[in-house]
Amino acid sequence: MQETTTPPSAARPGLSRFLPPMPLFLLQPILRRIVARVARENPSLFNRLGPHKTARFVIDPLGLPFGLLLVPNPEALTFRAFHRSAEPASDARIGGKFLDLLGLLDGGADGDALFFSRDLDVSGNTEAVVCLRNALDDVDGSIAESVAGMFGPPGRATLAGLRRMAARKGDPA
Amino acid sequence: MKRPELVCPAGTPAALRTAVEAGADAVYCGFQNATNARNFPGLNFTPEEMQASVAHAHDHGTKVLLAVNTFPTAGRFNLWREAVDMGAKFGVDAFIVADIGVADYVKRTYPNIRLHLSVQAAASSPEAIRYYAREFGVKRVVLPRILTVPEIKKLAGEIPCEIETFIFGNHGLMVEGRCSLTNYVTGLSTNMDGVCSPAADVHYDKQADGSVTTRLGEFTIDSFAPDEQAGYPTICKGRYNAPNRPDAYYAFEEPISLNLSALLPALIEAGVDAFKIEGRQRSRAYVKSAVSAFRKAVDSILAGQEPELADLIALTEGQKQTEGAFKTKKWR
Amino acid sequence: MQSLTLGPIIYHWKPEERRDFYARIADEAPVGTVYLGEVICSKRTPYFEGDYPEIIERLERGGKQVVLSSLSEVVLKREREMLAAICETEGHEIEINNTAGLLDVAERPHRVGPLMNIYNEETMRYLAGKGATHFSLPVELPAAVVGEMAKAAKGLGVGIEVQVFGRASLAVSARCYHARAHCRTKDNCQFVCEEDPDGMPLKTVTGQSFLTINGIQTLSHSYVNLAAEISQMQTMGVTQFRLLPQRVDMVAVARVYADRVSGAIDAAESDARLATLAMPAPFSNGFWNGQQGRRQFGPKVA
Repeated sequence: MQETTTPPSAARPGLSRFLPPMPLFLLQPILRRIVARVARENPSLFNRLGPHKTARFVIDPLGLPFGLLLVPNPEALTFRAFHRSAEPASDARIGGKFLDLLGLLDGGADGDALFFSRDLDVSGNTEAVVCLRNALDDVDGSIAESVAGMFGPPGRATLAGLRRMAARKGDPA
Repeated sequence: MKRPELVCPAGTPAALRTAVEAGADAVYCGFQNATNARNFPGLNFTPEEMQASVAHAHDHGTKVLLAVNTFPTAGRFNLWREAVDMGAKFGVDAFIVADIGVADYVKRTYPNIRLHLSVQAAASSPEAIRYYAREFGVKRVVLPRILTVPEIKKLAGEIPCEIETFIFGNHGLMVEGRCSLTNYVTGLSTNMDGVCSPAADVHYDKQADGSVTTRLGEFTIDSFAPDEQAGYPTICKGRYNAPNRPDAYYAFEEPISLNLSALLPALIEAGVDAFKIEGRQRSRAYVKSAVSAFRKAVDSILAGQEPELADLIALTEGQKQTEGAFKTKKWR
Repeated sequence: MQSLTLGPIIYHWKPEERRDFYARIADEAPVGTVYLGEVICSKRTPYFEGDYPEIIERLERGGKQVVLSSLSEVVLKREREMLAAICETEGHEIEINNTAGLLDVAERPHRVGPLMNIYNEETMRYLAGKGATHFSLPVELPAAVVGEMAKAAKGLGVGIEVQVFGRASLAVSARCYHARAHCRTKDNCQFVCEEDPDGMPLKTVTGQSFLTINGIQTLSHSYVNLAAEISQMQTMGVTQFRLLPQRVDMVAVARVYADRVSGAIDAAESDARLATLAMPAPFSNGFWNGQQGRRQFGPKVA
């Protein structure tokens, strides 16, 4: 497993405007709602995951003060945040700028292109990562959009802000 | 001027809908098993998805070409037969095949469905193409990426079927359908299992200095400095040492993608009937960018205008592009 | 030993080396059939094709059947003409390694070589119906598939051949990697492949021996060795066993395999005798076992 190159503490300035530091216990129920919603709306996603449903994915958004653990098992869905000091064991690890990861989820970015340009770091079970990527890519529309919609106008405004940031060249996030 | 068909990749139903929307004349796709050469995890179509996708494509006037383009091994032929049968039932517009036994099955069982010869059949001469046309009534050949434009033009006059050429995407180096490099290292075969550098055998090892070493199975394929552009860990895009090359070099090819956008008018003039975009393993975002860009370019050329060549370099491997063998014999 | 064959020389050996090699094979090697011809690069043939009549005569005098092998890659006019000329040959059987040959040969009897893609009984049946009499199977086929093919071949009355010795051909390309390694193009290669009579080794950046370059062809580093598996193949109905010429004492190699084919020695003894021949590369039998081709299985697992 690779060393993380993330700055240890707070989010970078550009991002914290939208995502103020938040105790993780407040984040967990939101993440649970998000993943339950995506799962409910896209049951075929799990067929595509096949044997990798039970894989433990650590998602490492560079620039956020926490990492995310995803286990896309419909029987026991897990999506939770963890402190960088307490990273759980995982089968695969995906690291990248938060906005690039968002783009992947959004169907707006090409994973291979991000990888070719070294904007995406993958380690551990590569097959599981490829499979997750392919499964998410088959979800029509934008997962990010649908998640943002769950939080009404503030959610959509946040997403729009994030996308503006993603579009800006040279943004530190 | 002949209107070439734009043939676009669809690795998932969502990608297929994206390609249709972006202006594909035809999409190509396969089932979730070894019967097609992109048998990658999480990719491809269940029978139900295929049926619905064919209907969706046809509703929008887009053709569906079913890739059944691997080589069944003795004792497993039924799986390929079933794929063809399902494709016929769902109303696909053509089968893309490579194996002689599969071609013969399609010809005997579904004489009214078009047969396209996959690049995996590696038919690179008028004689080889005429053989498949004569024996199986092949209507179109997908040419290996090894001929120059003048050679393609000459070939067009010597064969009785349509020509499809790749115009964008992964740039295969080895003669397709004749490569066992992956099987030598991983135990899974490109020809028999439809895989190339299977992800399960791919490992990225990040070193303390920030460089990344890519391994396939037991073998180190390449090592990238922290700021260097990366490529797929495919054996033919790796760096190695030879006795007279003490510094690691790309023994076969560097990570690079094919982009023939500037050659489109010449290819149309040479008599090419269909342009193929590679990338069933790529994302919807890739499909959308590549298909839209080439739709616009082809339409401009047909309208007698200078094509605007969209910048597709961000989608390319190693962020580099080439016109490969199409441009010059020196590529060989 | 009628069921033992010697495949074509795939490397660019000098004309005098070829003449000496075949003279010794003719006199001393216990093989029934010798495949003769350039399979890899059409540019090489002018160097030695003038010697063929004499080599053929010599081999036949030594009691060998000579089969003419043809090119695996046929793109250029020169290559198309070479193939057409071989397909018109009278008096010798021919082995086809490119589909173009199937058109040229019409329906006259012919053999189908290992660089053609014959993976299943349906393809074999179709080609047998058009004059194919003998099939050399692709090197990556596992035992179970070879067994099925041999069964079908028996029904069709055609021969089945498996490569049992020598490097595995893993890929061919339009591009010459020998020329590339020397910063040349294929058209201006200056026949640099001649410097590597057993191929040019490629190592990984971490120093692992990996592949072997032979012009447009990429081969394994390891030598396939299926001496131990020969009795299993005989039971299956495999009719011929092919040795691919490498830069080792091929007469000695042929003698070991001939003794295995006749049942005179067991697998342990063939292994022991091959071990004394100073092979420049490790052995592998992974493809036969349906595993990574590079691996070696069996009592002496590496």
